[in-house]
Amino acid sequence: MNEVTFSFVGQNLSALGSGALWWPDQSLLCVSDLHLGKSERIARRSGPTLPPYDSRETLTRLAVDITRTNPGTVICLGDSFDDLDASAALDFSEKQDITALQAGRRWIWIEGNHDPGPIDLGGAHLVEYEVGPLTFRHIAHPGAQAEVSGHYHPKAQLRARGRSITRPAFLIDQARLILPAYGTYTGGLHSSDHALSTLMNDPAMAILTGPQPRIIPMPR
Amino acid sequence: MTQIPARITDWFATKGWSIHPHQQDMFDRASDPATLLIAPTGGGKTMAGFLPTLADLAQHEHAGLHTIYVSPLKALAADIRRNLRGPADEIGLPIRIEDRTGDTSATQKKRQRVDPPHILLTTPESLALLTSYEDAHRMFAGVQRVIVDEIHALAESKRGDQLMLALARLQSLCPGLRRVGLSATVENPDAIARFLARHPDPCQIVQADPGPDPDIQMLETAEMPPWSGGGAAYSIPAVLEQIKQHKTTLIFHNTRAQAEIFFHNLWLANDDGLPIGIHHGSLDRQQREKVEAAMVRGDLRAIICTGSLDLGIDWGDVDLVIQIGAPKNVKRLVQRIGRANHRYNAPSKALLVPANRFEVVECIAALEAAKAHELDGEPRGSGPRDVLCQHILIAAAAGPFNADTLFGEMTTAGPYAALGRAEFDDCLEFCATGGYALRAYDRWQRLQQRPDGLWQLRDPRAAQRIRMNLGTIQDTDTLKVRLKRNRGGKPLGEVEEAFAASLTPGDTFLIGGQIVRYEGLREMVVEVTRRADKKPKVATFMGTKFATSTQLSDRILRMFAQPNWPQLPKHTAEWLSLQRDMSRLPQRDRLLIESFPNDGREHLCVYGFAGRNAQQTLGLLLTKRMEETGFAPLGFVATDYATLIWGLDAVTDPRPLFQMDALRDGLENWLAGNAVMKRTFRASATIAGLIERNTGGQRKSGRQATFSSDILYDTLHKYDPNHLLLQITREEAMRGLVDFGRIESMMARIGDRIDLLRLKHVSPLAAPLFLEPGKVPVKGAAEERLLAEESARLLQAAGLEPG
Repeated sequence: MNEVTFSFVGQNLSALGSGALWWPDQSLLCVSDLHLGKSERIARRSGPTLPPYDSRETLTRLAVDITRTNPGTVICLGDSFDDLDASAALDFSEKQDITALQAGRRWIWIEGNHDPGPIDLGGAHLVEYEVGPLTFRHIAHPGAQAEVSGHYHPKAQLRARGRSITRPAFLIDQARLILPAYGTYTGGLHSSDHALSTLMNDPAMAILTGPQPRIIPMPR
Repeated sequence: MTQIPARITDWFATKGWSIHPHQQDMFDRASDPATLLIAPTGGGKTMAGFLPTLADLAQHEHAGLHTIYVSPLKALAADIRRNLRGPADEIGLPIRIEDRTGDTSATQKKRQRVDPPHILLTTPESLALLTSYEDAHRMFAGVQRVIVDEIHALAESKRGDQLMLALARLQSLCPGLRRVGLSATVENPDAIARFLARHPDPCQIVQADPGPDPDIQMLETAEMPPWSGGGAAYSIPAVLEQIKQHKTTLIFHNTRAQAEIFFHNLWLANDDGLPIGIHHGSLDRQQREKVEAAMVRGDLRAIICTGSLDLGIDWGDVDLVIQIGAPKNVKRLVQRIGRANHRYNAPSKALLVPANRFEVVECIAALEAAKAHELDGEPRGSGPRDVLCQHILIAAAAGPFNADTLFGEMTTAGPYAALGRAEFDDCLEFCATGGYALRAYDRWQRLQQRPDGLWQLRDPRAAQRIRMNLGTIQDTDTLKVRLKRNRGGKPLGEVEEAFAASLTPGDTFLIGGQIVRYEGLREMVVEVTRRADKKPKVATFMGTKFATSTQLSDRILRMFAQPNWPQLPKHTAEWLSLQRDMSRLPQRDRLLIESFPNDGREHLCVYGFAGRNAQQTLGLLLTKRMEETGFAPLGFVATDYATLIWGLDAVTDPRPLFQMDALRDGLENWLAGNAVMKRTFRASATIAGLIERNTGGQRKSGRQATFSSDILYDTLHKYDPNHLLLQITREEAMRGLVDFGRIESMMARIGDRIDLLRLKHVSPLAAPLFLEPGKVPVKGAAEERLLAEESARLLQAAGLEPG
């Protein structure tokens, strides 16, 4: 199976190889940091004109996860859009794709630092959202408990027989869970970076995404 | 013809010099639109280039810039400034001579644009940058001459293509501009002449007297070279002996890593404490400058170096050049040897040191080629389009342009003379809109066409970003290495980021000839101490791995055909005889494949003699075919002459593996996901302006805002496979690291003459391949398996159960 199941605050969760979080008991799928419209924003700000297929690619991968899990609820954990203008500038067909994905399920946009306001697409718009014991928000709060967040785009590296392998990764400790970035044009921050290694308490684990996700003690 | 002014001839006379015939020749051709001078080092080449300029300035007042001198090295520009100042003063010319490179201060640069010197010494990048300013025409008004030094080196790289595009621009600003190229000995002067001249101007070639043939020999050592490897550690005592017998010895290596190891070993054996230095491109600039200065003063007895000393800075009294490892390419060997003995008309002296037994054969072949004046080189083909894209952006930074005019201008550049309008339009489209099948950027085009038909930047502020990202030199992702101190210790040099990532604290490696201990990474700097107690890992530097040239490979195959080998040392001749008895020696028009079991595995050794890059590609393609046909290959290793593949099953019929069509299909598929392609893509995308090297001078810091160019490659490959940049990437890879061209010509040469020999055990010629580093595991599921293994191990070590 293309997932790693683990227990977090007494809940059974699944880290999917794609970087999405699946919570079967609540029929809930959560993805973070989609950064839709990133290429458009870069061009708008007179940067290079990157291949304009990032949103389409991100949505295609999301559609695969949604088809596979058929969730009742989808949470986009903030920075779903690279900025608020980018949400407006989405292609007609991309907006249609989102509408199709939303059909028949609850859809929640959590606000992120890139997209701190309402957007002209279906679904509820919230600063944070609680389901059972878990709180979903974009940026981790210091000292929070049972929290699921994104923002940092964590990645983890391991070395095996002289080869170094780096993948976007879920980070998990007793109190918090940080999701990797799901968007196509997103980089990552090493779990060993000061920001993350101070945020995560021992014992922390990392789940490397990929064709077959793998759990390891979080590299510090 | 006009005379050289008396002031100048008098100056020559007071120095006791006479004007060389080629210097006179160059002077007589001063008004030709383009002239190429081919002269050995020490032949008064620079003076030949500058003589018309000095004569003109001695006779006429000239306001503003008169002559631009371009060299591939910043150091060379500074060196020429010093060497020209003396004669100018002594002749009594009140002229200003200044250099302008990446090292020139901002104030100086600003002043030079307003009030340029008479002679400006610069690099291709700095010149291209100058043409990108709106007021370029003011600075360049009245320029008479441009001198391109070391043009043989520039003509092999994108830096040269960029320079020729910049000269085309310059020529439009100064129609009377005359061009001079200065070159070392090359195999094809006509190609360089076409590269230099404004198309279709003629370009005369002036050949200086090449001087006496160099005195090249193979170094005789008491100890035999080993079977494989590139370190040549066995030769240390003999090399030390040579250093003692000469004033200054340059010791060239093919790679930086080998230079480091050799220096380390030489230092350990240097009982007399001879002053010996090391110089290569990954060392810190201060360190390099120290070595250069010591060398000019004559303080050093030997310098271990790489290609970083290939070009013609006058390093004082070098009287011996030693080449460690087979030269791979005869032309480069001859040019390197030219570095010894700068006195014109005295033979330069050089010694070749084969690093292993096979290189003995290569060295002898190279020696014979050099004696026969048979230089090698592959024709380079037309200029790549990524450089063209960058140049379109540079033109846009200088101001609105007319596409027809720009196209006309670019096709006067030698490397782009054959450029078609459609190709140009593709590049323009890429610069304007990104050139995607999906038109997404109509509102945010980089370049827009105005109602009057001219193209301009949508956002004028983009000009600054274009200038900041100008250039074709690829910095690999390297990290600085410093000694760990409170306030940041002494900088030692740079290592590749990937190498740094493989280090754990306590690991040791060699840099600048010292063993250092990795302590940690702080703010993108590798911190090290001198507490070194372990055997060093070797820093892997990017540096190019040269493949043996086609001509040299052919020569080796011809040598194999001899009945016996009186020119080879006995041990090597015996080795070849043994191979002939046990198996066969490879032949030029046939492909020899040996199949044998060894150590529980089946092996296949393919003697293609196609050069390292092509043999590597062949290895990847063959193992892929083998995987498809169920031969379960486990890995392979490639050298310049052969590819050794190991796996579970023996191959008995090689023909299906060598179907050209299947190989080509395999290549297409394999290329798509290949790291070589991704690296090539990154280089081309950076040059073409899709990836920005720096915005505002800050380096990528691994923060989450930046993402890997691999993602761009994958996305483009999936959604827009015919995009211009993917076309460019394919072209580049085919002629560069993938070198598929050489596989194709090998296959054409051998036809169906494939000989598979089944042997009982490993053959003499195949044996060294087992010791060869750089083995490539056949991947596929391999990485996932490694991950599984390692995560299980880590969990167990942490006292956890695998999930």
